Amino acid sequence: MSRANTFLALLLVLSLTLAGLVFFGRPEADGPPGLKDFQLRGLAARFGLTDLSLWTEARYTRHPSQSDRFSAFQDFPGSFDHFPAGSIVNPPASVPTR
Amino acid sequence: MLRHLKILEFAVAATLRHKGRNLAILVVYSLVITILASVLFLTRGLKEEAQRVLAGAPELTVQRLIAGRHDLIPTSYGSILASVPGVGRVTPRFWGYYYDSLTSCNFTLLGLSAGGGDHLELLAGRLPTGSGECALGSGVATARRTEIGDDLVLIDSHNLGVSFEVTGIFAAEAALLTNDLLLLPETDLRVFFNFPEGSATDFEVQVFNPQEVATVAAKIKQRLPDTRPITRSEILRTYDSVFSWRSGILLTVFASALLAFCILAWDKATGISAEEKREIGILKAVGWDTADVLELKVWEGLILSLTALLLGLIFAWVHVYWFDSTLLAPVLKGWSVLFPRLVVTPHVDLYQLFVITFLTVTPYVASTVIPSWRAASADPDSMMRS
Repeated sequence: MSRANTFLALLLVLSLTLAGLVFFGRPEADGPPGLKDFQLRGLAARFGLTDLSLWTEARYTRHPSQSDRFSAFQDFPGSFDHFPAGSIVNPPASVPTR
Repeated sequence: MLRHLKILEFAVAATLRHKGRNLAILVVYSLVITILASVLFLTRGLKEEAQRVLAGAPELTVQRLIAGRHDLIPTSYGSILASVPGVGRVTPRFWGYYYDSLTSCNFTLLGLSAGGGDHLELLAGRLPTGSGECALGSGVATARRTEIGDDLVLIDSHNLGVSFEVTGIFAAEAALLTNDLLLLPETDLRVFFNFPEGSATDFEVQVFNPQEVATVAAKIKQRLPDTRPITRSEILRTYDSVFSWRSGILLTVFASALLAFCILAWDKATGISAEEKREIGILKAVGWDTADVLELKVWEGLILSLTALLLGLIFAWVHVYWFDSTLLAPVLKGWSVLFPRLVVTPHVDLYQLFVITFLTVTPYVASTVIPSWRAASADPDSMMRS
């Protein structure tokens, strides 16, 4: 029965490792949890920031929420374009789908 | 219970008999789960982050549309906006984009209206107070190799170099919002971009009662038909759909990899070898019934898939939350020259874990059990002779 027990022990160790990562193994963060989000929210409110600074290659990827509704070849998340991000960013929720 | 344990013991021994083959499957299987889980963890993390952070975004942003495109808005619209019942402070915003040919980066320039000089938790130094000063996002500072006290030279709309003294740099923790940001005093920004007199980029509108935002937006649209009010909930909805895990090229591409793995698993399982058939035949001949053989095969499938699932989830967790999605970042980065580190707050979603388990464990166990079920129901004698 040793092999079965070894396998079950392996499963237990892996499960405990995963649980440990989920509950205790979070990367070190300065200050109490949620402080960074609170501070970032404060920045957004202080400067009136509307979008995340992730993709800077085009207006509609830098400010997806402020982009034009549509103009040919540009400024419309989800339209055909030459930027890879355009295929990752979905159209806004307000755009009706058929 | 003991019977099940004995069958498990037999299954482990059978798995170890084909060490090389099973190890190869385990590696590929874990990798597939790692990629799938990484994509789901990251997109979910970014979605949550956007919801939390952008809760501080303006309640209402009003921009002007001309010929279907965003255009500068007359500052005289401010008084009309302020006259809408329920509207509080109306602030014109001055911002725009700047392509820096030196670093091939796009920066977002934002004008600071009043105040300034104050210290912020996530800002080293201070905000600009007077003309000729600026504060930078960490991405801009890194790209231009600039520190506090240095001069930053930008080319204005008259094609002349303008020098700004750096008074503050945002911390790397704030990069999600400020990575490409360059804060200038409003007057400097207007001169820099040569803004026409009496115009702004858009308006930030405060609404006293959050329940009235939609009504206020409708009234603004009525009074100023050439404007487009964007509510905070629309911004949040946009980000909700941007990071929707159900779509996105990453998962679409990955779906084919998952399918390829399923075909591999199916091929491995359906191509049940003569040796395995003989083994099933012998087991049945010595008294095992079909249910026992099937249980053995379920265990064989579970041994590999549960190990791969747990290993894959652990690797994905470490990859996304400890190593900031190093492997996925180049795909997500697109053509952005300035791209912040993807630091997301860990978030556990049981539904997501269920999706990962269902998409990976079920096909493998099914493709292990189904062909063996056919073999197990056949006559032991014919199985041993095959």
